[in-house]
Amino acid sequence: MSAIRIENLVKTYGAVHALDGLSLEVEPGSIFGFLGPNGAGKTTTIRILTGLAHPSGGHASVAGVQIGHNGALARRIGYLPEEPAFYGWMSAQEFLEYIGRLFGLGGAARRKRAEELLEKVGLWEVRKRRIRGFSRGMRQRLGIAQALVNQPEVLFLDEPASALDPAGRRDVLELIAGLRGQCTVFMSTHILADVERVCDTVGIIHKGRMLRVARQEDLTAAYALPVFRVEVTANGNRPLTEWAEKIGREAMVEQVQVDGNAVRIRVRDVENARGWLLHALAESGLAVERFEAVKPSLEEVFLNLVNEEVHR
Amino acid sequence: MNLFWAALSKELREQWRTYRLLVTVIVLSLFGLLSPLLAYFTPQILGAIPGGEALGELIPPPTVVDAIGQYIKNLSQFAILFAILLPMGSVSGEKERGTAALVLSKPLPRGAFLMAKAAAFGLVFALSLLISGLAGYYYTGLLFEFLPFDRWVAMNGLLWLYTMVYAGLTLLFSTISRSQAVAAGLSFAVLLGLSVIGISKTVAVYLPAQLVTWSATLFIQPETAYWGSLAVSTGMLVAALLAAWLIFRRQEL
Repeated sequence: MSAIRIENLVKTYGAVHALDGLSLEVEPGSIFGFLGPNGAGKTTTIRILTGLAHPSGGHASVAGVQIGHNGALARRIGYLPEEPAFYGWMSAQEFLEYIGRLFGLGGAARRKRAEELLEKVGLWEVRKRRIRGFSRGMRQRLGIAQALVNQPEVLFLDEPASALDPAGRRDVLELIAGLRGQCTVFMSTHILADVERVCDTVGIIHKGRMLRVARQEDLTAAYALPVFRVEVTANGNRPLTEWAEKIGREAMVEQVQVDGNAVRIRVRDVENARGWLLHALAESGLAVERFEAVKPSLEEVFLNLVNEEVHR
Repeated sequence: MNLFWAALSKELREQWRTYRLLVTVIVLSLFGLLSPLLAYFTPQILGAIPGGEALGELIPPPTVVDAIGQYIKNLSQFAILFAILLPMGSVSGEKERGTAALVLSKPLPRGAFLMAKAAAFGLVFALSLLISGLAGYYYTGLLFEFLPFDRWVAMNGLLWLYTMVYAGLTLLFSTISRSQAVAAGLSFAVLLGLSVIGISKTVAVYLPAQLVTWSATLFIQPETAYWGSLAVSTGMLVAALLAAWLIFRRQEL
């Protein structure tokens, strides 16, 4: 059974189609990166899946429960909004205990859970301080803690690291990575580096429609560039330049570009070119330090997909 | 039910920690305490002002009716002010800040979220009127005469209901709007509108303001009762809370 199942989800605000027939399935236990530019429909999707907004059409279930504002769904999920808001007059521990009470935990159980989570997110030292005085990073960590109080089956994180400084981002991403296997994480973001760092599976949304869902490595492989990069030891560029000129005349090669001790070779057929290039290198006598097929970054894949959609 | 108690406990702690409970209790108690004192000492105060001796002599000697009148006038005015100020941001503020979305993504029913707020305001006003009522009762008895305690309690009960009508309406407006100012503005508009409608004496006996008149007549004409006003006020409070719940349960956060 999928942890999240969305079928043809539609959300309209007047004439604006925030979600336009979105369909998606997320495997249990995975960290799913929900990627898209600003205004693509990421937050709307999360608000619908957490029962805070109503769909205009379509169906969705989370952890086997139909979406809507109901206790059964709320008990199975955790939710961190993009800008988590708290009662500033409460301390971090009080807030977590209040959330524990909303999940029906008894006094001792909610205190224990709050303490565990305060340790986990690194807020133990400031557990008694009023939340009003918390920094952005501390609020984000408290936001993650409150989302974990009920040990959710599915955790929704809306742009969890977007507004943080590099150190805060690293901490939050490490926390998220630490949840792998404990629950399904559905994380929306527009920062591709964050997705590359922690997500197993990626879904790319644009203008309320799902462009592609795939495992991260499959996605980058599918959009692999027909480019190889060869790096040689720094003993003068002449032999490399001569070799580059020679192979540039071959029919299999489309373009060759020398850059210092390295050469980028764009080929017409990746699979055939790989063996041929290795053979050519062995014959050339060059001292090869590195030979690699250039992989596209997730950013390049994302931009390719969005551009394809725009030109469709 | 447990979730309602959890939410109510949070609301009461919030009223306490943000000093709203303290300020409401102090202000209303102060007016409860000062009303009989003002009624008693006003002629003497005026007489002590240079040139005001003649004015002091013109004022008839204060009676217990003046003390009751002062108490009801002061309490009803200030309680209404607090009935609008306290709830105006209770829902709209939580929606605007995002705390409503956060806690309502947990298994807290929206009805419990709203009713806990209404109950907290009810308790805050009940406590304030209890303390101000006891202070007012004691000083009225000390300076004038001790009045029947059951009627004094009934008088404060009517003032509580009158206050709660506007607290309920403000809670409804706070649910409808995303702005505290709009919620307060709408409540003042209703207050003004009902005052205008109340010019007609036929209609006035059914309006919440008649509860204030009734609370005053409890000691003068105890046989007079305004059950119509009581029914309409209770109906308005229940309708406001019900409407708030019906609207809120469909709202997107």
